[in-house]
Amino acid sequence: MIALELILNAIATGVALGSIYALMAMGLAITFGILHIPNVAHPAMVVAGAYAVAISNQYGLDPILAGVIWSVPFYVLGRLFYAFYAGSFEARGGGNTLQSLTLFFGASLIIEVALAVAFGTDMRSVNVGYVGHSLQLGLIVLPYRFLVPALVTPAVMLALWLYLVRTPVGLAIRAVAHDERAVSISGLDPFAVKRHAFGIAMALAVIAGAALVITGPIDPFGGRVYIGRVFAIVVLAGMGAIPGVLLAGILIGVAESLVMSFLSPSWATGVAFAILLATLGLKPTGLFGAAR
Amino acid sequence: MLPFTLIAAAIALGGLMLPQLIGNPYYFYAGYGVLQYVVIATGWNILGGGAGYTNFGASAFFGGGAYMAALLFKAFDAPLFVQILGAAAAGMLLGVITGYLTLRIQGVYFAIATVALVVMLDTVVQNTEYLGGASGLAVLAAPAPAWFGGQTQYVFCIMLGLACGAVVLARWVEVSWVGRGLRAIKASEPAAEACGVPTLKLKLFACALSGGVMAAAGAPYPTYSAYLDPVSAFNLTIGLNALAMPLIGGTRSWIGPVIGAVLLASVQQIATVTISSEFNILVVGVVLIAFVVAAPEGLLGLVHRSKRKLQPEFGKIDAQTRS
Repeated sequence: MIALELILNAIATGVALGSIYALMAMGLAITFGILHIPNVAHPAMVVAGAYAVAISNQYGLDPILAGVIWSVPFYVLGRLFYAFYAGSFEARGGGNTLQSLTLFFGASLIIEVALAVAFGTDMRSVNVGYVGHSLQLGLIVLPYRFLVPALVTPAVMLALWLYLVRTPVGLAIRAVAHDERAVSISGLDPFAVKRHAFGIAMALAVIAGAALVITGPIDPFGGRVYIGRVFAIVVLAGMGAIPGVLLAGILIGVAESLVMSFLSPSWATGVAFAILLATLGLKPTGLFGAAR
Repeated sequence: MLPFTLIAAAIALGGLMLPQLIGNPYYFYAGYGVLQYVVIATGWNILGGGAGYTNFGASAFFGGGAYMAALLFKAFDAPLFVQILGAAAAGMLLGVITGYLTLRIQGVYFAIATVALVVMLDTVVQNTEYLGGASGLAVLAAPAPAWFGGQTQYVFCIMLGLACGAVVLARWVEVSWVGRGLRAIKASEPAAEACGVPTLKLKLFACALSGGVMAAAGAPYPTYSAYLDPVSAFNLTIGLNALAMPLIGGTRSWIGPVIGAVLLASVQQIATVTISSEFNILVVGVVLIAFVVAAPEGLLGLVHRSKRKLQPEFGKIDAQTRS
């Protein structure tokens, strides 16, 4: 009976955690999944967003609302950052992987250290009424600090998916991933489309940051442990498959949560990697990715 | 190759005289830091510069080597040479495993795996009581041979020997068939494969060498600082510097990482005394981006470029004087 309770709770926590991971991976699903830009700075951008939300919360703003508001300036920052990236690499025929990875790695360091210098290395958290309370469903006990941000993911994912599938701009973003030259022949500027998509990815990072900071306190270097997870989610979902991101996130969240409760927390960081490697080895197109 | 090896050996042996000539141990303490980065950057460049695969997890290899050495010392009271060999073997194994799991697919995944490797090794060490856990482990090595006059001078000479060995190894890789194969892989992997280059084997070989050298750089660390804890062993700065030094110096040739390491490590030795270490990371991050964007071939590339620009000018002057 105790074992059943433990399993059920591990799964419930895993689903909630996985949903939050999926939200963090959503922006990367655009940059890496659709645009094929290896943005290793994405988790650091999420943490930067979390800081913006935590600071706004000190003035009494609801974290999720703060995330939505902050997503506008971050969208602009994302556009500027892409313009810098494209200007330095794509102009001279595209940089190699080493160079673009180094650029993003350097950017993530700068973000982390800038946060540490500006706000100190103390943990930051948000103050909301429901933190500390839990939802009790039979044997399952789920804290609201996991449940509330977990519920944001399906809403964001639905909005993003409808945007990509139903709007002309969304069509252009999917098209630029498929064939850049054909897009420019159709009279669209591929650079502008990609810049817009990168901006959206950065805006999503803030919303993910809001979710992250509700689950628990964060520090400037907290993004690093998520690099493996978010890339694993994007690859497992299948490159470019937005609806798959949630399922992939939940799969990884549940697997991690089970390992954490039944083996040891020290192995939990390896779970995402094991899944990433297994996916690449067994089914490189991911769960929902089209064969390319 | 032979004259080069002899010169390197002469430098390493000449270093043995330094403790007799210089009295102040601080120079050895600071010099050790610079030489340690020469070894790490050279090791990183065997894979990173040679085959174009990015390793963000140099600190995993460095820290792994340091902990392997500490483990050998604690369990068997092993002397420093055995510790270095053991650490190098562990680093090679770590490199081969990481490489075997990820290199067959795409460079991006190798890079991400190396980030996770640091996190994983760190958690494992933090949860291992025998290795001191999160609070660390005191390593009280036997006193150094009397010739050196102190432990710091002794590890400095060991590190000088390691640096010379690493540079000789890197140069051998560069001029031998291994380096030619790796350069072919960097230019175009399918083309290299089609020409009969055993791409996977070569990449794994480079991974093993690179991992072994970086782990060997970590092996004398417990003896050097007499104390080992996860924060200093798996420090981000090591991973960052391992990447920044070859990129700043130039990744094409063995001398690039050496130049980058000597420059950056010396500046950092001065900077940590004068400014904060966080600011230090920030500066390195900015310099790194500046080099990747403006001078992707590093300082060596800049020298080459300016030479090429100058040559036609000389030609013109020559032609004018003749007419």
